[in-house]
Amino acid sequence: MIQALLSVGLVAASALGVATFPRSVLAFLLFQGSLVFVYRARIPELLRWSLLVVALLVLMPVIGYFNGYYLEVATQVGIFVVLALGLNIVVGLAGLLDLGYVAFFAVGAYSWAIFGSPHANVIFGGGFPLAGGWFYPFLVVGLCTAALTGVLLGLPVLRLHGDYLAIVTLGFGEVIRVLANNLDKPINITNGPKGITPISRPPTPFGLPYGEYFYFLVLLLVVVVVIVNRRLENSHIGRAWEAIREDELAARSMGVPLVRMKLMAFACGASFAGIMGVLFSAKQVFINPESFTFLESIGVLAMVILGGMGSIPGAILGATVVTVLNLQVLKGFSLWLNELKNAGVTVLGYSLADLPTQFEPAKYERMVFGIILVLMMIFRPQGIFPARRRQRELTPHGS
Amino acid sequence: MSMDFELLVRIFPEVLLDGIILGFMYALIALGYTMVYGVLEFINFAHSEIFIAGAFIGVEILLGLQGRGLLEGFPWPLVLLLALMAGMAASGLLAVTIERVAYRPLRAAPRLIPLISAIGVSFFLQDFIRLFESLWRNAFNLVYPSMDALNHRLELTATIDVSVKSLVVIVSALLMLWALHLIVNRTKVGTAIRAVAEDQAAASLMGIDVNRIISLTFLIGGAMGGAAGVLFGVQYGLINPYSGFIPGLKAFTAAVLGGIGNIPGAMVGGLVLGLLEAFAASYLSLLTGGAFGAEYKDIFAFSVLILILIFRPKGLLGEVVRERA
Repeated sequence: MIQALLSVGLVAASALGVATFPRSVLAFLLFQGSLVFVYRARIPELLRWSLLVVALLVLMPVIGYFNGYYLEVATQVGIFVVLALGLNIVVGLAGLLDLGYVAFFAVGAYSWAIFGSPHANVIFGGGFPLAGGWFYPFLVVGLCTAALTGVLLGLPVLRLHGDYLAIVTLGFGEVIRVLANNLDKPINITNGPKGITPISRPPTPFGLPYGEYFYFLVLLLVVVVVIVNRRLENSHIGRAWEAIREDELAARSMGVPLVRMKLMAFACGASFAGIMGVLFSAKQVFINPESFTFLESIGVLAMVILGGMGSIPGAILGATVVTVLNLQVLKGFSLWLNELKNAGVTVLGYSLADLPTQFEPAKYERMVFGIILVLMMIFRPQGIFPARRRQRELTPHGS
Repeated sequence: MSMDFELLVRIFPEVLLDGIILGFMYALIALGYTMVYGVLEFINFAHSEIFIAGAFIGVEILLGLQGRGLLEGFPWPLVLLLALMAGMAASGLLAVTIERVAYRPLRAAPRLIPLISAIGVSFFLQDFIRLFESLWRNAFNLVYPSMDALNHRLELTATIDVSVKSLVVIVSALLMLWALHLIVNRTKVGTAIRAVAEDQAAASLMGIDVNRIISLTFLIGGAMGGAAGVLFGVQYGLINPYSGFIPGLKAFTAAVLGGIGNIPGAMVGGLVLGLLEAFAASYLSLLTGGAFGAEYKDIFAFSVLILILIFRPKGLLGEVVRERA
């Protein structure tokens, strides 16, 4: 009962806090924290889910009305949640470490970017860009292209084991990025480092502004992907993946078709990234190869690891924490430091204005990812919200 | 076409030399990967940062001397030796520390766990070097101070000349590879290292302190990486905290190419990859009429890696890669 009151109170108070202090990062973090609390609290399921639905469907857009940047953050979180869920299938369920995951995201993004922008005229003559309405069919096209790429990559490399597979996928990710960077000749397909712009956006229903539109679309996709993921996890496919992860030899002797199942894991993971790539390119209007670096792949991996490999709530939490750390905490710290600098504040007799100009906290994402990965591996390899089966496996003296 | 062919022939010696230098660089870095893989069967993903840390220590020494006006005062071999020694010591100790902090607690864990930890260390170190240099010099793209004696070019024939620094790189790499060969094959610790690589349990029953030997392996591999870092800086000039990543990945390719875990294999693999890459970089654009240029040399290296792993996972000097349960 206390927890129920507390849940309602926390959500309401923090939402009110954001509305009153729309520029306070702390208030927004509190709002996000309250949602995690609601998810974990011992309250009736009906109350839990109605609170979450109200918060995400009503409160969040209202908050976005006061501060549009928060809606942008929430949309980014959603995109990364889907990416983390996709990678979670490959790494968490099937146990195949993929270090080039962002390549599939790139494939999806470029598939809409090329046809949804005037750039396609360079390749095919006239008739482009496609009208904004084509965006929806292209969600499927992006999905299929990425899945196909996953299968094409998977066919030759799935014979490799563990760390070799990891390095080859890393190489593959780099190959895709280098191709995107250099395929502006002999035929200009990707427009090289300059990137592609402007990319068409679909017409929005009910005259919604694009910020809200993409937020709701991402939310819808997150829900769909979570449902698909849960169904997969409990299906014979999901069990086969976990069997492969635990012991390939045993899985094979029990009749699990190894190659087909591994390919399916690659294709499923890739297809989530592909669909999000299409959405990402429409949302950004501009894409270039810089958005698809190794750093992004490791970022998504850090999300999966932080939340707990193989765990759906874990992937969601991991994506949220890491994205918010990058977009809000690091940047917020940078801004705050700059304000202090400009105000001429001194700390222990050291004037902050003397700080070197190259020192920018916002640029240290890699350090954040690195610390997350190392600390999690040493102290809590099963993640924050461990998957039940996974937890048993990683507990010492397996009880 | 005939003119193209003439050009191909004319640049051949230069490309060959570039390839050899690059190859020795890869060989030195590859040793770190291969030695660690030999004893732990684990890819030390952070080795590329151990390598670039050596380059940063080297540049700090040289810039420090330059700042005090001492760079031209000492004979250049002495200065270079100092930078090399400092780079080797720092990288070696860094490698040992990393093993102690981030890998040793995970030795019994499933195989992917230490690899992920190593990726974390690699990312952490990149930004740590950046943080340190930003605070210390307010710049993290650093340039090795140029020394006239090193840039001097020696004429071999009327058309071919070679700079002193290229010779320095080749000679020091050869010396180090020879020293490593002696350590591993002619000394007691070398025998211990090989024993641990062969069978840890049996080695420890024979009275070998396995943890000490593993630390030692990291020390030697790290020192080789650090030396490669300093030589990399001397040869190419510009370094930044992220510039270790691609050479590291290629050196790993070289190690796999030669047969991972196999020390002579790393040297052969490094040279082969260096030569392949140098020739691809110069000739690809000439041979395809400009359609594909030097920017594809990275793809080329990765394709080599993928093909080797698929068709000959044992590498050129084939030691069988065992699978750990």
